[in-house]
Amino acid sequence: MSTASTQGARSHARSQAAAADLRVPVAPVGVAPVWAESVPAGSYTSRVLGRGTRLRLADPDGGACAHLLMFRADAPWERLNVADTVKVPWQAYLGAGHPLLSDQGRVLATVVADTSGHHDTLCGMTPAGQQAMLLAVHKNGLDIRDVAPSVSLFQGVRVAADGDLEFTGTAGPGHAVDLLIHLPVMVTLTNTAHPLDPAPALTALDVVAWRADDELTAPVNDEPEYLRALFNTETTWAAAQNAE
Amino acid sequence: MTITTDPTAIADEIAAANLPWSVVLRAGQRLQIIDLHGNQAVDTLFWGVRGETPDPALRYSAQATVAAQRNIFLTTGSVLRAADGTPLVTIVADEVGNHDTIAGACSKESNTLRYGHHTVHQHACAENFLAEAARWGMGKRDIVSNVNFFMNVPVDADGTLGIVDGLSAPGKSLTLQANTDTLVLVSNCPQINNPCNGFDPTPVRMVITG
Repeated sequence: MSTASTQGARSHARSQAAAADLRVPVAPVGVAPVWAESVPAGSYTSRVLGRGTRLRLADPDGGACAHLLMFRADAPWERLNVADTVKVPWQAYLGAGHPLLSDQGRVLATVVADTSGHHDTLCGMTPAGQQAMLLAVHKNGLDIRDVAPSVSLFQGVRVAADGDLEFTGTAGPGHAVDLLIHLPVMVTLTNTAHPLDPAPALTALDVVAWRADDELTAPVNDEPEYLRALFNTETTWAAAQNAE
Repeated sequence: MTITTDPTAIADEIAAANLPWSVVLRAGQRLQIIDLHGNQAVDTLFWGVRGETPDPALRYSAQATVAAQRNIFLTTGSVLRAADGTPLVTIVADEVGNHDTIAGACSKESNTLRYGHHTVHQHACAENFLAEAARWGMGKRDIVSNVNFFMNVPVDADGTLGIVDGLSAPGKSLTLQANTDTLVLVSNCPQINNPCNGFDPTPVRMVITG
C-alpha cells in the first residue's frame, strides 16, 4: 500500500487496527469491565478508578512484575504509604485482607483476593522501572517527588532472621491479585523487572476492573487497626458528599 | 558516653527531644549521632543538595538502599542511596546495629490506627518532617520512607514485623560520612505509645567533623 499521498497514507493508517493482534484481558463471567488492558513487558499504564471498583491484576504467563503506586484522585498529595502499609497491620508480606494505606490513615485499597502470595514491599523498582513510573505520574500532573516507595506484585521477597533478603520470584503462570478500591484513586502501574531478579524474563501484565460497590459494606478483616482505617476512610468519604 | 575531643569539630549540638533538626553535610564530612539517654529513635531523611537546594532526584530511597545491600538492617558499611542508586551517606561507625528503614515515621493519622483515636493530637514525626522540610523549600510530596536510627524492627518468619525494645543504650552512637553534599533532616521522635523511645523521648547529640 503506497503512502506517497495523503489518501494512501490514510488508508494505510486505517488498515492497521483491523489487522492487529490486540490482546484484551477477559473479565470474569457476569461482570462488565470498566478497564481491560494488557501491559507488555517494560511498559506502564495508569487510570483513575472510582470508589467501589474491583481491580484485578493478573500474571497469565508467570513473568509479570507489577509495581504499583496509588494516589487519591481528588487529593493526589495523599498517596500510598508503604511503610504504614506494613507497619500498621504488623505484616510485611502482602496477602488477602491486607490494606494499602495512605499517609493519612485511610484505606486506598484492600487486597481482597490473592492466588500468588509472591509479592514485595521492600525493594521497589529498578532505575528503568522508575523511569517508566515517572512517565506515568507525569501524565497525571505529578512529578518525581510523587514517585514514592512502591509495592511489587507477582515477584516475591522474603526476609531472613538476620535481615537478608531472599528473592523467591514468581508463583508461576495464571495467578491474580484483586484490589477493592475504597476512595477515588489514581493508580499507576509499571510491568518492569524486580530489582533482585537475577534473570528477568518479563511477560505481560493483565489488568481488568469492574464495579463492585456492594463489596464495600462488609469488612474483609476484623483487626482493630483495619477497622479504624475503614472508619477514617468512610467518615472522610461521607463528609465530602454533597446533598442528593 | 562518647565525648568528642576532635579539634576539627565543626559543630556540636543537642537535638532537643520531640523536635526537628537539620544540617547540610558537605562531601567527606562526618556526623556522629550520640544516643545520650539510650533507645531514642532518630527519624532521618536525606537529599543530595545543589548549593543549599535539595534535589528531589537525589532523595533518600529506603527501597533502593535495602535492595542494593540485600538486607533490611542498616549498620556499618551500609550505603544510604537515592532512588537511582546514587550514594548519599555511608555509615562508617556503629555501636548499636540493626537500624530500621522499613517502618517509616509516626504520624498523627497512623497513630489513630495503631493506638486509637485518642492519640490523634499527640505530636508525631510527620509533623516535624513537614515543618523542617518547609524551611528548605519542600512540602508534603517530598516526604518518603525514612531511616530510623536506634529503632529495632525485626521481621519474623511469617512476615510479622513490629517495633520492639531497642538495642541501644546511653551514650552509644553511630557515625555517617557524606558521599556527596547532603541535607540531613531529622525528627527526634516524639512517639510515646511504643518502645522506640523507651516511652520517654530524649535529646540526642550531633557532632559534625570535617
